[in-house]
Amino acid sequence: MLEVKNITKVYKSGDIETKVLKGISFSISDGEFVAIIGPSGSGKSTLMHILGCLDVPTSGQYFFEGKDVSQLSDDELAEIRKKKIGFVFQSFNLLPRATVLRNAVLPLTYANISKGEREKIAKKSLISAGLDENRFHHLSNQLSGGEMQRVAIARALVNDPAIIFADEPTGNLDSKTGELVMETFRKLNEQGKTIILITHEKYIADNAKRKISIKDGEIIEDYVNN
Amino acid sequence: MKIMLITDLFEETYFAISANKTRSGLTILGIVIGIGSVIAMISIGQGAAGSIESNIQAMGSNLITVSPGFQRTVSQVQAGRGTAQTLTMEDAKAIAEEVLFIQAVAPELSRRYQIVAKGKNTNTSVVGTNASYPSVKNIEIEQGSFISDQNVNSLSKVAVLGPTTRDDLFGEGLNPVGQAIRINGINFKVIGVTQSKGGTAFGSQDDMIFIPITTAQRFLAGSDYVSTISVQAESPQVMAQVQLAITSLLLQRHNVADPLLADFSVLSQQDILGAATSMTDTMTILLAAIAGISLIVGGIGIMNMMMTTVTERTREIGLRKAIGAKRLDISLQFLAEAVTLTFLGGIVGIILGSGLAYGITFFTDMATKISLFSIILAFSVSAGIGIGFGYWPVQKAAKLNPIEALRYE
Repeated sequence: MLEVKNITKVYKSGDIETKVLKGISFSISDGEFVAIIGPSGSGKSTLMHILGCLDVPTSGQYFFEGKDVSQLSDDELAEIRKKKIGFVFQSFNLLPRATVLRNAVLPLTYANISKGEREKIAKKSLISAGLDENRFHHLSNQLSGGEMQRVAIARALVNDPAIIFADEPTGNLDSKTGELVMETFRKLNEQGKTIILITHEKYIADNAKRKISIKDGEIIEDYVNN
Repeated sequence: MKIMLITDLFEETYFAISANKTRSGLTILGIVIGIGSVIAMISIGQGAAGSIESNIQAMGSNLITVSPGFQRTVSQVQAGRGTAQTLTMEDAKAIAEEVLFIQAVAPELSRRYQIVAKGKNTNTSVVGTNASYPSVKNIEIEQGSFISDQNVNSLSKVAVLGPTTRDDLFGEGLNPVGQAIRINGINFKVIGVTQSKGGTAFGSQDDMIFIPITTAQRFLAGSDYVSTISVQAESPQVMAQVQLAITSLLLQRHNVADPLLADFSVLSQQDILGAATSMTDTMTILLAAIAGISLIVGGIGIMNMMMTTVTERTREIGLRKAIGAKRLDISLQFLAEAVTLTFLGGIVGIILGSGLAYGITFFTDMATKISLFSIILAFSVSAGIGIGFGYWPVQKAAKLNPIEALRYE
């Protein structure tokens, strides 16, 4: 469903050029659970930004569902993110002082769906993300870290995305809560969702079925977990 | 391109504004003061314009005033305009007989005298005129009657008092008809009292004494000249025509070839009204401009708040972009916030400004007038300020790079 061919990313700051990605190629099929693992500074975040259509590569091609998206404009990328991609971030990024339901519904407000329909979808997503129904009308800043991340997962699910990107989703959680969140991802994968996990922790990456190891902007290992 | 639903936009705006009530309230206050003072100032200006206009209208309808010009002498020294003795009763008669579309002509000869009645005395203006005067000057009779043609023809020593003069000489509310007064040592019989018109910016018409013009010329002034000729045209449409006809008739009668050298001037009510209107317009603009400064300051307050909001909510903007919001979505969201703030300020400001205007009228008797125009102006200005001063912060928000915005601490 997605394929990158020899993509590079160069950041320019004045006269200094920093090559963050140095020709990366791989493909990911529907229903895979892939972990992109690497130490900080390896370029894994930059790679995720490109795969998540938040950024475009400096060179190379990126085919998303067969369509070359490597040269699209900001608004065209936004359209793809809206319809096909869900994000889960390390720091949750929930709207403070807004209810759980309002947070989960947020992506749908940009998708022209009627209000009643939206809430129905959001409630379904919250339940599949493992959140208790009696928490739906709590404010997001009254929740525990694990609950916040589940709201974030629900938010990533509401637009029924083809693929979910999780950027260090357990980074701000204790190991027990982190394990619960990872279990949620495994379940979602079993239900057929494609998941790409970005992490620097090996034991988190072990949850995935396939690991792509990155160092200094290059793939050093791409193998299936046993 | 699909964008957010309008109801969602309202919901987001409500959420954002109510999340920070104190800050929103203080920012709105700036706009409230700005719009409120603009409304109040314009209402004062337009109130003044209205009262001056009605004063001028009250002087009479379709009124044309002929006044004497400079006294031309052999030397180069000129006396002030209006001091010349160039207009005569014959001029007034000629105007009445020869100029078309004229309703009435009232010549006037006025001068101040000391008036004595029953031991009381006052100093006021004595106007010699004829029977047409009440119709020309919109004056009505309260007690007795006005000077008749018969009085004028027979040089009767009769007088009609203004209500203020009546109060000064005989006491408030008393009927002086039939009583005697002495003007400049000559006995006059009071035959009537005019109705009160109230004071105007152009002198009170209530503090006057009217006597037949012939009597004034023979017994008081001792000459045949008149100080003004008031002419009432038949309708507003013929004013200009009548004005021209009077000018050319008098030029011919006074043997003046060059209109620039005319020894008289012919002014219509419109001329006076025009001068007064341009004066009050200038005053209104000046007042509104001063109040407008506070509106600009209020606008800067909006810009300041929007800047803070955008900076504070950088991560939120990043997230919204990550989940698919386009530039336009973000622009609309923040623009709606700015416009809502100024609009709320506008509504409260209009209420405050109107209250202020009523208060001014109530406590100081100064006329104020709140026009639909100033309310529409205030509304559009407040919306414009939201868009204008919100534009920069809104652009800043819309252009944020989602990756950097999400990393923002």
